Amino acid sequence: MTPLLSVENLSIGFGRDEPVVRDVSFEVMPGQTLALVGESGSGKTITCRAALRILPKAAQIRSGRITLNGEDGPLALNQLGERQMRSIRGNRISMIFQEPMRSLSPLHRIGNQVSEVLWLHRGASERQARKAVLEQFERVGFPDPERAYNSYPFELSGGMRQRAMIAMAMVAKPDLLIADEPTTALDVTTQAQVLGLIKELQRETGMALILVTHDLGVVANMAEQVVVMHKGRVMESGSAAAMLKDPAHPYTRQLFDAAPEIPDVEAVGLPMPQDDLILEMKDVSKTYTMRSGRGWQADKLIHACRGVDFRLARGKTLAIVGESGSGKTTAARIALGAEPPDPGGEVLFRANPEAAPLTVHDMSRAQRTAFQRQAQMVFQDPYSSLSPRMRIQDAMTEPLEIHRIGTRAEQRDKAAEALERVGLNADMLKRYPHAFSGGQRQRLSVARALMLDPAMIVCDEPTSALDVSVQDQILTLLEELQEGLGLSYLFISHDLAVVARIADEVAVMRQGLVVEQAPPETLFHNPQHPYTKALIAAQPEPDIDRPINLKLVALGAGAPDSWAEAFRFTDSVIPSLVEMEPGHKVRCHV
Amino acid sequence: MAILRYAFYRFGTMLMTLLVVSVLVFAIINLPPGDYLSNQIAELKASGQSAGVAKAEFLRKEYALDRPIWEQYMIWMGFMPGPHGFSGLIQGNFGWSFEFDRPVSEIVGDSLWLTVLVNMAAIVFVYATALPLGVIAAAKARTWADYTSAFVGYLGLATPNFLLALILYYYGRKYLDIPIGGLMDPAFEGQPMSWAKIQSVLVHLIVPTIVIGTAGASAMMQRLRANMLDELGKPYVETAIAKGMAPSRMLAKYPLRVAFNPFVADIGNLLPSMVSGSVLVSVVMGLQTIGPTLLTALKSQDMFLSGFVLMFVALLTLIGTMISDILLVMLDPRIRYEGRDA
Repeated sequence: MTPLLSVENLSIGFGRDEPVVRDVSFEVMPGQTLALVGESGSGKTITCRAALRILPKAAQIRSGRITLNGEDGPLALNQLGERQMRSIRGNRISMIFQEPMRSLSPLHRIGNQVSEVLWLHRGASERQARKAVLEQFERVGFPDPERAYNSYPFELSGGMRQRAMIAMAMVAKPDLLIADEPTTALDVTTQAQVLGLIKELQRETGMALILVTHDLGVVANMAEQVVVMHKGRVMESGSAAAMLKDPAHPYTRQLFDAAPEIPDVEAVGLPMPQDDLILEMKDVSKTYTMRSGRGWQADKLIHACRGVDFRLARGKTLAIVGESGSGKTTAARIALGAEPPDPGGEVLFRANPEAAPLTVHDMSRAQRTAFQRQAQMVFQDPYSSLSPRMRIQDAMTEPLEIHRIGTRAEQRDKAAEALERVGLNADMLKRYPHAFSGGQRQRLSVARALMLDPAMIVCDEPTSALDVSVQDQILTLLEELQEGLGLSYLFISHDLAVVARIADEVAVMRQGLVVEQAPPETLFHNPQHPYTKALIAAQPEPDIDRPINLKLVALGAGAPDSWAEAFRFTDSVIPSLVEMEPGHKVRCHV
Repeated sequence: MAILRYAFYRFGTMLMTLLVVSVLVFAIINLPPGDYLSNQIAELKASGQSAGVAKAEFLRKEYALDRPIWEQYMIWMGFMPGPHGFSGLIQGNFGWSFEFDRPVSEIVGDSLWLTVLVNMAAIVFVYATALPLGVIAAAKARTWADYTSAFVGYLGLATPNFLLALILYYYGRKYLDIPIGGLMDPAFEGQPMSWAKIQSVLVHLIVPTIVIGTAGASAMMQRLRANMLDELGKPYVETAIAKGMAPSRMLAKYPLRVAFNPFVADIGNLLPSMVSGSVLVSVVMGLQTIGPTLLTALKSQDMFLSGFVLMFVALLTLIGTMISDILLVMLDPRIRYEGRDA
């Protein structure tokens, strides 16, 4: 059988620099799925873009061949003229991008943007295109295709936008679809559904798929063939089944070891001790008012948090898990005193076991200053949380200056010590942030949080912007620090597998409510709530024998009124958290 | 329908703003101590000409200048009856110019619509040159096309307007036989509208349009270029290319649409800066616009005349912002649907 697309000895470089892609070869058979796996900077994205010749301006294909074998014989894509290339793009080969939020023009209706493909390649009239697009919308799961056709992108959720992108890529029935991290920006249950959809469409139309991803779990669920790339070179390639069972190359094995996994546990975990609490949140709610901006429309109330009760024991980790909009970040901001809770809620903080509890939202100036020293934060994006114009030393000593602690020399020594503590060298103090990689920057953020000797650190998705191998290192660092310094963490994440590793207790949030709360072992061994089950089921595992269970995902990922009777809640009727076994609470009607 | 409702609402707010502006304008023209008439009376008294004093006193009564300031304002606007009943701006009586001893409406007369004409022509010129040049400069960024247009643009920005006017007049006359000065042939002044008069005005408009518009055009071109460059890096542009669109159509349909917003929003700012910026140019070029009138009126404390001119400029500005706001709402669904339930 002739391959649909073959890439031979492809090398790509920028200007006169060393090539960023070297000698890459692979083949995609008709109807098959090939996964291009690698971490950031591995050259996987640029390789697949070369097939469509949509490379950055400065990049050129130095050598090698890309051949597309269609009905009308082989076409050398790297030699075609621009005009011929245009008739390939969107027609024979189409592409889906990573960020559905930004990949559609904000000013044009979805229907217009999707129909355009048919106007361009099929010479379809407005009516013909509309009919075909509406069918395609129906196919990709828009509940109301007409409405979607006339919507603007900002009116749709991320998952729906990615469905629109898929519809756009599929509507001309291409032979090959290139999906560049199509689900990385989506919530995990949405990711499961979108992956399921792509697979289903592929089965129906028989198109081939190149899936660019960093996630071995996604590979296990989708691909037949795998190409692992590292620093522009192919490390290993072959069938997915064989490679996932027994990775041959050390780099592949390294990727495997770093990938977090939801453990197969047999036993229930121990509940968090309750005798020495550092943080206690009692019945914390937060309601935002969204002004309609028009006199004749009522303002809308948004319940970001509803009746949240958290108790974090000293030296332990409480993880809050949820998808975007679940209220997890709001809860953390309230815990830090960055925002007041609605009246009735209370947040108590005990700096040390003997101290009297402080009410976080009712403190004197001096108490507040002391509290700010004891509670610190590590942010999600290591690229934007460090000022690019400040030397590391200045960024690190700034908290000490604000709190007027120590002389300049003492501050510098302290910064050097903190750097070494997080595994960096003290001689890096003079550098600027741009000289550091993403993982190093996140170490810097942790080091900065340590400067004031805090007792508690709030980590807001500290690893979700990082590659898996780096994520692994940061999690190890956080664990070591906890052990060495007795820190308590409030850990926010959307990723159950990450949480499985680090948390002593997990709270799953949905629409501002905690729906289930338990030690991680208990949660994975015996999940009760349909939403928790959906989250666990949606987690792609790097194990070809444990595919995503889309049925479980569908049962729990929808709106609360699609859940089983016992778990449903509405704005007015909310069941309370029921303790099923020690330390395991589920929100349900009993 | 939503747009119509918005336009209506926007018109309402414009009227409210105009009301506030009128208070400010009236306050400003009354800020200097005394008024034209009391200054004149003092002067006449000093020289002992009692006949003139009597006339001035009569005028003071006639124009209610002897009343408290807030009453003067109400009478000027036409909210309150003056010595001759309701007769203010909203009734179409623009007041009396003491300096020229003629009604304000007679003095400004033609120059009102000539001002509008010159500025409209300049704005059309700004948009007509900035749009293609800005897009080309962005699409061909860092090539000779980009550098040339930037060079010409900065030249336009940096050259003093009156100097540009003199140069253009000189060479226009020499090679193209373009008339110098004024906005029409003197023979047509005060004549009723005719085809020949329109032709004369159009020919006379060429140089002023270029002179007044150049600076604005090059500034706007650079802004459009920068906006376009920002947009060209966005993922949706890549999506459009991956669809197989031709570059020119892609540029026009996607990034230009988005980069257009600030472009449209500038209409409101452009108008006042042109009106006030063109005063000097109008004097140099002998244009019968409202600019020079404003200058003399302000110098001689001719309060009704300057008040009227200021109100007129404010009105132009407000209309400009209103137009750009309404256009923005029509162009950008994100603004249009704000607050709508998704």
